[in-house]
Amino acid sequence: MTRKSPYPLWFVAPAAIIFSVLFLVPTLASFWFSLTRWDLFNAQFIGLENYEQFFKEPFLIKGLFNTVFFAAVTSALKTTLGLLLAVLLTSGIFAQGFLRVLVFFPVLVSTIGVGITFSKLMHPTKGAINVALAAIGIDGPGWLTDPALALFSVALVDVWKGIGLATLIYIAGLASISPEYYEAARIDGATRRQMFWRITVPLVRPATVTVITLSMIGGLRSFDIIWAMTKGGPGFSSDVLASVIYKQYQAGFYGLSTAGNVILFLLIAGIMLPLTARLNRKEVEQ
Amino acid sequence: MTRRQFWTGIVALAVSTVLFIIPFVFIAIIAVKDKREASRMGFDWPDSWHFWSNLVEVVEARNYMLLLAYFNSTVITVGAVTVLVVLGAMVGYVLQRRDSKWNSLIWAGVMSGLMIPPAVVPTIWVLQELHLFKTIHGMILIHVAYGLSFAILLFRSFISTIPRDLDEAAIIDGAKPLQIFFRVVLPLLRPVTVTVIVVQSIAIFNDFTNALYYLPGRENVTVQLTLFNFQSQFTSQMNLLFMNILLITIPPLIVYMFFNRQIVAGMTAGAVKG
Repeated sequence: MTRKSPYPLWFVAPAAIIFSVLFLVPTLASFWFSLTRWDLFNAQFIGLENYEQFFKEPFLIKGLFNTVFFAAVTSALKTTLGLLLAVLLTSGIFAQGFLRVLVFFPVLVSTIGVGITFSKLMHPTKGAINVALAAIGIDGPGWLTDPALALFSVALVDVWKGIGLATLIYIAGLASISPEYYEAARIDGATRRQMFWRITVPLVRPATVTVITLSMIGGLRSFDIIWAMTKGGPGFSSDVLASVIYKQYQAGFYGLSTAGNVILFLLIAGIMLPLTARLNRKEVEQ
Repeated sequence: MTRRQFWTGIVALAVSTVLFIIPFVFIAIIAVKDKREASRMGFDWPDSWHFWSNLVEVVEARNYMLLLAYFNSTVITVGAVTVLVVLGAMVGYVLQRRDSKWNSLIWAGVMSGLMIPPAVVPTIWVLQELHLFKTIHGMILIHVAYGLSFAILLFRSFISTIPRDLDEAAIIDGAKPLQIFFRVVLPLLRPVTVTVIVVQSIAIFNDFTNALYYLPGRENVTVQLTLFNFQSQFTSQMNLLFMNILLITIPPLIVYMFFNRQIVAGMTAGAVKG
């Protein structure tokens, strides 16, 4: 080769430098710092002590469990409700375009704003939700004050905020299914229900894979919405790994906080790698 | 439209009004009430309107902190998105056009950027070593690092639709790589560029977590953090808290009204092809 390529590799360099210095280096460094007692200036090697502490403290283990719970609940709800909404909003109903706009809008609104608003709506006595429930004779629960319910309530708000994106992805997926399948099925006398399960669900699969992947990664990393609504409380009942990382950072336990970061990384890798492999393998088999 | 489609639409409209409009109506109603009425958290129509006085009070609070926050957030958003567009397009371009042994490494970087949660305290350590901690330009670079993967993905897939003949014609005319990129290719990327700008602007404007970690300090406040700063101060003044929420919800609403199509394109990019 005598001529230089018109697509020089140095085009990649500025992006690669910023990405490496501010993302890759800290990620790699986190493995080392998680093994130390650290105040940002001096790091003293203490082996696996941070991890030991993480798995000994009940509230830290609770955070780990909550992270998985939160991701699983939000992901499951976004996938199922998102598909149903997308089917509804592509069936030619009245005001369809307006409804699509409406469902998507919360995706773009400040998470903190949404969190604060819903924490007021979910107030146990004065909140609009329980006032409305009382009007029809139901004694509403303490959505955010009951430790057994708090994380689930936050998950519901997260679904409210994120459902528009799942719906949007499903609408794009549905648009790529050829109408001929439905016509053929109709001629064969298939019912709506059969068409949904035998045509829509299998053929919309690429969109399902995207929705599950995005919502699982997002759910495992969630911080804003939980911080805005409960700050991990009451007690530690709604703490997740991301909020534990922040609390340990605030308290000055930088090594422990970084160990939390590494655990979150391993958790995401441990869940997402087998999950994506499985989702993609099934796709090939079809 | 069949009768069934019409009535399903009416029911859907009623349900989504309750679910998706009422929370926003709630924000607006509380924001115009006076302090005592707002603290009751009711949905009832305001007895007296305080839109203007609440607005002024929120803007003036803590020595015009909200204006400073708007300024900082704007600088960060504009700066980060500009860099993201140029660098993301350059990487996407080379990644799509050139078959190099580095490609798999670049892909690994893109994928790790999408999946791995940033290691926060080590990042603060790196920023401190580089004297970028608590600085606006440090914050801009962080947003660039975190947003690159998404931008590269969008640019790469769009560039694959631009015929190579165009680059080759420019090469024959003796254009240098930089000239080809900035004069020939980049202008053709307009649709996807608008998508990247809109989606990333909203994401960066709404960012809370990164500013919380990497940009502490009163003079560095961003819009999302004003909400948090005010939350403790305004516990007894819900009207002002909600006026603040209203004020920071408006910019994304305006962007959404103008760029609905690009946002939809960006959010669903690559989702269906699998």
